[in-house]
Amino acid sequence: MAEPIVSLFEVGRTFGDGAPVVALSEVDLEVDVGEWVAVVGASGSGKTTLLNIIGCLDRPTSGSYRLEGMDVAGLSDPQRAGLRSRDIGFIFQAFHLLAYRTVLENVMLAEVYGRRPRAGRRDRASAALGAVGLGDREGFLPTQLSGGQRQRVAIARALVNGPRLLLCDEPTGNLDSVSARGILELIRGLHAEGLTIMMITHDPGVAAWAQRQVTIADGRLRG
Amino acid sequence: MDTRTREEADVLTEEALQPSRMWFRDLILEAFAGIFARPGRMVMTILGTMIGLTALVATLGLSRTASAQIISRFDELAATEITVSSRPAGEGKPTNELPWDASERIRRLNGVVAVGTLSAVDVDDALVSASPFVEPGRNSAFKLPIEAASPELFTAVRARVRTGRLPDEGHSERGDKVAVLGPNAAEQLGINGVAHLESISIGDEVFLVIGILDGVERKHTLLSSVIIPEGTARARYGLQAPQSVIIETEVGATSLLKRQVALALRPDAPYGLKVTSPQQPQPVRAGVQSDLEVLFLMLGAVSLIVGAIGIANVTLVAVMERIGEIGLRRALGATRRHIATQFLLESATLGLVSGVLGASLGMLLVVGVAAYQTWTPVMDPLVPVLAPLIGCVTGLLAGFYPALRAARLEPVDALRAGM
Repeated sequence: MAEPIVSLFEVGRTFGDGAPVVALSEVDLEVDVGEWVAVVGASGSGKTTLLNIIGCLDRPTSGSYRLEGMDVAGLSDPQRAGLRSRDIGFIFQAFHLLAYRTVLENVMLAEVYGRRPRAGRRDRASAALGAVGLGDREGFLPTQLSGGQRQRVAIARALVNGPRLLLCDEPTGNLDSVSARGILELIRGLHAEGLTIMMITHDPGVAAWAQRQVTIADGRLRG
Repeated sequence: MDTRTREEADVLTEEALQPSRMWFRDLILEAFAGIFARPGRMVMTILGTMIGLTALVATLGLSRTASAQIISRFDELAATEITVSSRPAGEGKPTNELPWDASERIRRLNGVVAVGTLSAVDVDDALVSASPFVEPGRNSAFKLPIEAASPELFTAVRARVRTGRLPDEGHSERGDKVAVLGPNAAEQLGINGVAHLESISIGDEVFLVIGILDGVERKHTLLSSVIIPEGTARARYGLQAPQSVIIETEVGATSLLKRQVALALRPDAPYGLKVTSPQQPQPVRAGVQSDLEVLFLMLGAVSLIVGAIGIANVTLVAVMERIGEIGLRRALGATRRHIATQFLLESATLGLVSGVLGASLGMLLVVGVAAYQTWTPVMDPLVPVLAPLIGCVTGLLAGFYPALRAARLEPVDALRAGM
């Protein structure tokens, strides 16, 4: 069997020095290539911390995290940034689109920190937008789009660099049920194409879309 | 745990460990996009620094323009004037007197426009009065300087006549008792015109006033003097020799003539003569000016500092406002260095724009003032080049702390803050 793309071993994360707050403790988790895993938990359960560690935005204070078999703890800030730009795509509950740039420019932003040549960037962004069904909205500003359309732009931005792992932080948290369904169907399509997806949510109905569910409470995982 | 061979793992690791990077052009574009996202705020931000640099450029330019103007205006007279006088001779040596034909000797030299002789007349403390009667209780007699002038002296000092006429060669040869009054002397004596054959008395001698001067460009002491012909002074007051020769030269001839006139006048004893042309008061002017200049430069510097604080403040606010954007950029693969560089570049660009605008406005101001005063605008070419540079450095310094703050933000916190 191939090596898991995400492999957490006794990962803990503690915040603060004086009176430490334990956000994660002794988390063991393996995610195989092509899996769709949902992490379900109430707010404050540590699920966002977990996602940040997996996304190389944060470091564990104990345990080890291997991404594609490589220990991330020993990497420098620029190297982890390189991983984020190439291998990991993020989508957020609040979309995080730049309000003063067009939809196409927002998608192109994903390549600014990558290693690809500038030539062809516009075409690649345009293709990514087409893939999420927004080919006709390139020149719009995010404020001119509905919530569901904004999240589609964010997904296009996450996909333009061809990541191996898509991390979704409450992807439907700000959406009505119809838009949420559209986004989840889009994610399901990506999964069907072989993309590994990790999604965190507090909503069991959303988590039910995933292949496998993991529950997190008080910083500990329950299979 | 690792199922791959060691070599495979190494190859993968090497490729996977490549740090993210940013094209320089992207960096510039991102910084510009960051600034121009809020044009109104950008204008307000650069205002302070711009005003500071405008003040600096305008101060330097205007002081330079004004001083060049004053010096060049003064030059025209100073550069065409030579005064020759005799040095006092040592005990038992022959005197260094000027010859009576001094004017003829000098006039032969090339580059001389006009030449005249001028001497103070010793009248034994005689008072000058306009009225033959002495009124008790009212002072009508004054101690006025009496000067003896050759006819051509009036040309050499560029005298203007208010009324009447100037004495000629005939008056001098005959020793006529005629006098010309300087305007101040005429006022003191209460003489307004010459139509009624006004006369004055110098001691016991009565002189006919034939003219009143309006002004002179050189030898301003003449304005309050009584001027009589040289021949008259010689005949009636025992003038031994002319005391000074006043020469107006052509522009540029002064330095050459200064070397020639002493030889022309006294080939036997040229070193007994003192040849002078007016000191150029440049250093004095410069001293007066530099005080004002320092004041304005300090004002400019203060305004520059205020402008820098403005840039720092706005950049800091922008960092706080764009925390979500910073988090997103980190998630997309930006390193701390990328974030810091972008914000530094944004503030440096603000400074640069302020500098360019400040230099332009400052130069416009200099040209405008110069045009209004009909001066020639003069400016050190370094000033308009340095101003944008100073602006850029100011922006860079101002952006240092905000950029550091932005780079230090944890992406986790930044993303949580939302957009």
